[in-house]
Amino acid sequence: MTTLSTVSLQVMWNRLISIVEEQAQALIRTAFSTSVREAGDLSAGVYNRAGLMLAQAVTGTPGHVNAMADAVAHFIREIGPENIFDGDIYITNDPWMGTGHLHDITVVTPSFHRGAHVGFFACTAHVVDVGGRGFGADANSVYEEGLYIPIMKFADRGKVDQPFIRLVRGNIREPDQVVGDIFALATCNDVGHRRLVGMLEEFALDGLEQIGDFILENSRRATLEAIAALNPGEAQGSLLSDGFATPIELRVRVTIAADEIRVDFAGSSGVDPKGINCPMVYSKAYACYALKCAIAPEIPNNAASLAPFVITAPENTIVNALHPAPVALRHVVGHLIPDTVYDALDKLLPGTVPAEGAGPLCNFQASIRPASDAARLAGARRAEVLMFNCGGSGARPGLDGMNTTAFPSGVMTMPIEATEHAGPIIIWRKELRPDSGGVGRFRGGLGQFMEVGAVDGHIFDISAMFDRVKHAPRGRLGGGDGASTEIRLDDGAAMAGKGRQAVPEGRRVMLSLPGGAGYGPAAGRDRADVLRDLALGYISADAASAAYGITEAEIAAVEVALRRGELPSNG
Amino acid sequence: MSGTSLSAGNLGADIGGTFTDVVLEIGGERFSAKVLTTYDAPERAIIEGMRRVCSKAGVTPAAIGRIIHGTTLATNALIERRGARTALITTQGFRDVIEMRTESRFEQYDLNLTLPLPLLPRNRRYTLRERVGANGRTLIPLARADVEALAGEIAQARYESVAVGLIHSYLDPTHERLVRDVLLERMPGLAVSISSEVSPQMREYERFNTVVANAYVKPMMKRYLASLAAKLRDEGADCPIFLMHSGGGIMSLDGAAEFPVRLVESGPAGGAIYAADVAARFGLDRVLSFDMGGTTAKICLIKNQTPKTSRVFEVARSYRFKKGSGMPISIPVIDMVEIGAGGGSLAQVDSMRQIRVGPQSAGSEPGPACYGCGGLRPAVTDADLLLGKIDAAGFAGGSMALDIAASRQAVGAAIGDRLGMDDETAAFGIVEVVDENMANAARVHAVENGEDLSGYTMIAFGGAAPLHAGRLCEKLGIERLLVPPGAGVGSAIGFLRAPFSFEATRSVYMRLQDFDVATVRDLLAELESEATSFVRSCDAQAPLGVQTRVYMRYVGQGWEIPIDVTTVAPAIEAYRGLFEAEYAKLFSRTVQGLDIEITVWAVNASTAKAVAAKAEALGALTPLTTTAQREVFDPALGAPVTAGVFQRAQLAVGRVAAGPCVIVEDETTIVVPAGSSATCRSDGCIEIVRHGSKPAPQAVAAEMAEA
Repeated sequence: MTTLSTVSLQVMWNRLISIVEEQAQALIRTAFSTSVREAGDLSAGVYNRAGLMLAQAVTGTPGHVNAMADAVAHFIREIGPENIFDGDIYITNDPWMGTGHLHDITVVTPSFHRGAHVGFFACTAHVVDVGGRGFGADANSVYEEGLYIPIMKFADRGKVDQPFIRLVRGNIREPDQVVGDIFALATCNDVGHRRLVGMLEEFALDGLEQIGDFILENSRRATLEAIAALNPGEAQGSLLSDGFATPIELRVRVTIAADEIRVDFAGSSGVDPKGINCPMVYSKAYACYALKCAIAPEIPNNAASLAPFVITAPENTIVNALHPAPVALRHVVGHLIPDTVYDALDKLLPGTVPAEGAGPLCNFQASIRPASDAARLAGARRAEVLMFNCGGSGARPGLDGMNTTAFPSGVMTMPIEATEHAGPIIIWRKELRPDSGGVGRFRGGLGQFMEVGAVDGHIFDISAMFDRVKHAPRGRLGGGDGASTEIRLDDGAAMAGKGRQAVPEGRRVMLSLPGGAGYGPAAGRDRADVLRDLALGYISADAASAAYGITEAEIAAVEVALRRGELPSNG
Repeated sequence: MSGTSLSAGNLGADIGGTFTDVVLEIGGERFSAKVLTTYDAPERAIIEGMRRVCSKAGVTPAAIGRIIHGTTLATNALIERRGARTALITTQGFRDVIEMRTESRFEQYDLNLTLPLPLLPRNRRYTLRERVGANGRTLIPLARADVEALAGEIAQARYESVAVGLIHSYLDPTHERLVRDVLLERMPGLAVSISSEVSPQMREYERFNTVVANAYVKPMMKRYLASLAAKLRDEGADCPIFLMHSGGGIMSLDGAAEFPVRLVESGPAGGAIYAADVAARFGLDRVLSFDMGGTTAKICLIKNQTPKTSRVFEVARSYRFKKGSGMPISIPVIDMVEIGAGGGSLAQVDSMRQIRVGPQSAGSEPGPACYGCGGLRPAVTDADLLLGKIDAAGFAGGSMALDIAASRQAVGAAIGDRLGMDDETAAFGIVEVVDENMANAARVHAVENGEDLSGYTMIAFGGAAPLHAGRLCEKLGIERLLVPPGAGVGSAIGFLRAPFSFEATRSVYMRLQDFDVATVRDLLAELESEATSFVRSCDAQAPLGVQTRVYMRYVGQGWEIPIDVTTVAPAIEAYRGLFEAEYAKLFSRTVQGLDIEITVWAVNASTAKAVAAKAEALGALTPLTTTAQREVFDPALGAPVTAGVFQRAQLAVGRVAAGPCVIVEDETTIVVPAGSSATCRSDGCIEIVRHGSKPAPQAVAAEMAEA
């Protein structure tokens, strides 16, 4: 085999990253679930024969980072190396060997070139339904959460397992969409495989050994250099959150050593009775993501660049829940992990990490149905509508937080006009929430107000997936807390942050989604920035005067400028 | 074509970031001029360019029968935030749609990410109590008194321009029209744009952003276009003036003044039309156009001699050209991918010891190190120079001597020393990385459009494209490359090839099971009348072609595919059959048992395309040889080879030059790799064909015989 030049190896690394991006694009293009095609809740990657991940597409889901990196090794073990054949396609939705809940389906395809097995393509997507109780927090065990697909062959040497498809169809609410998505997952691996074969032929290669070693060696070295540049040390962090019925606490110890960073979750709350538990793969993914953002953001994800981050947790804690704990909403705890890790990391690397933000995506699912038989006869219908929405992100050491922007998740919201076409729902309001960003030298990002109702003739249940109701995002270095989540009906009746709840006919759900926390004391904020926040309506006149000491004369001047359509002049 | 007398000249004028290109075609000849863009009064460069081409042609401006103009002025105003004092009026509850965007981060790993600011700050966004539902019915009627009160506020704040964007207005524009009427009663001189006219499509973020962008540039573009028309008249060019639009057609001056957002990216659209015209000359149905300048490269798919179009694109990307970091504009556009890869793109080594190129560019000041204007960092042009692709003495027709020592110094310091490579290998690395970046962009663009590039022909233009096109073809598995004459002013030439056209679109969701023939007929008739009346305002007589497309998908999918239904009467079975055939072509198989829906309806009216004179078939080929030679690095071999040096003028029709060689012209150099051959076609295009190890002339003759 020819020895490749460094320039060729550099080109091939770029090519592999481009191949997995194409793989992800093909999935978006052919998928059915809105979570995949609108919001980008998916991932895709290429692996060597040993199952080590060489490249992963950058998509909206950090939660798949480490989980995907580990998944293929499970497939090799369960299928057995001797049973891997050209034309095979493997599948699972095992929360512990895939990406953390039954709603994520992972498909792995071995890649053969000139008769030899050269590697794997894998991809994951969040599907609209897997049966059981439906997507929500209410299950008491994973058995209630839906259909479990163990690691198995979806296709054996090119032949699709028809009984498997019948079984899936018979157990879920949206069989066409989900089976369509499974085929889309298989198609996207095929697209990756075809491009890979093209690359191997172009460079006259038999396999991925040489390029794989080059990628892993350079990534390992770059990651180790990034870690070596840090001061060694150890610090602890913690975070309290709402939980389902009782609060949960996350505890973490972060150790920066010469050649690795260790994160241990000992002391965190035990497993919760409801579906907010997190399998270890998902906790690892978000701990790792938090560290990578802070320490080595430029280094692509692969087995070697992830290896120096060692994440551990005692079994049967909420971040290492074992089968059969319910895990459908594992994202709520998972999305709080970066803020927990940053609580510790801030003590080790001051001036690097942001204040706490809204954290978990503020999602809900509405199950809409006719209000009466008369309404049904008049055309009212059933529909399931899922929405992803975001609070504010935490203020940064030199920048305000971002308004209504997801962190750590990176998925997109759905346009409200598209949501209203998906089912008889009306979004009456989706707008920034003033005064929700924590005060500070740098202000937290704003959360949002939403008002959700059904079209006349319909009623609905809302499956709430909110946190930060009783535990607002905490400010850093004297910055103020972000505003907490509020949920109630428009008649003032209280509602719970999590769980399925009925909304009476004609009523609307009023949501106030949380703001990010502030960074540094409010007294340090540039006065011009405060006046600008006031003019933009990010803060109220009351807050401007109470938190920042803005005078009545200054407030009056801002109001005069506003009537002329002007902002206060800077400086 | 289209009503002008045959003897009258046609003038194309393209205002770009650096140069304003003017082209005059008259009496079967073409004259061109490049003038520096005059930012303070952009029409001045056009007048200057017009004087020059008229003088070259020996005519006065009175000989011009038609002027077609494209410009980046609207784009630049959006990028640089130099628009009018503008307000947005929207539905209560939705004041912040243009600020909240998609609520996501376009770069996942940057903790200090800064989101681009909305075009209008929050204090310039106003709301009204009203609401239309997703079924088009009014949920809350709009009270005229509310609008009158708001008009008072707008007047007091002295806005020049107002955008109106209400929820679901694409289904029922009544409320938006009422707002406009009341505003104009109160302020007759106000510029008002309403989203149901500017971009009547579902998805509030894209629609609101588009109407805001239109309002933002409208007063400025209106003034500019009026001034341009007056100045051209003063010069004696008293002829109709038309504007190139982003969709690849031309529109009237009045239409452009009303909908200036449609002028965004009109220059690159001209380039795509130019490539489509070359494709027509050669009867090519699958073409990749490749336009590489100083800062960016633009890549576009051209199928059946028509550039691929799209209904939404992004302008003013704020973060390394990253998808999602700009503003979405939903109008009919020629769909192209633009990446930060040009002759001026700068190279560096990152933390993984990987060579990275772009998107930062050396621009024209200081420019690449070899310009000797103070640039110390290596640009792609420096690497091209070190590899022998450019001749230091012959650059820009010899008018500008390049400093190869400065290139060597810059490449060595930034790349070679850090990676332990000699200068040549480092330069090779830079060029390979930028070529790979462009190839990757082309591959992803192709896959997003369900296309496989093998079997495509590349058409390359723009100053830097001919230096890189040969290698790009090797990487993409493309066998055939055309470099047309006049490539440096390709967009302006493209303007002269564009038809008058207008696409009218509506977002109306309809499942095939609910397909109602009468409703569809009415909808299509309405769209056709909108599209044709627009084109008729440009040309009252020319025969019109009408194309009807519907965007279809399986219910539940997010991506539609466009289906041409021009030739079929509206009927469920016909529509279904066309959709299933196209879907199976793209994705191997159809999906059983699912309903199909139509999301967008589009009718395009257009005058006939300029008929391209076909390139003549090649006769016998005779090899052309030269004693002039220089060392040129061959990236496929990874080593320098001795390449012949030809002047473009030497390559007469029927002569074939075997690669490796370079073909030098004033504006650029064409690099012909080993294993390829170049010949000149009857229309002046240089055609380069890859033929592997076969002896060159025979292989070329065999492959070109089909053309």
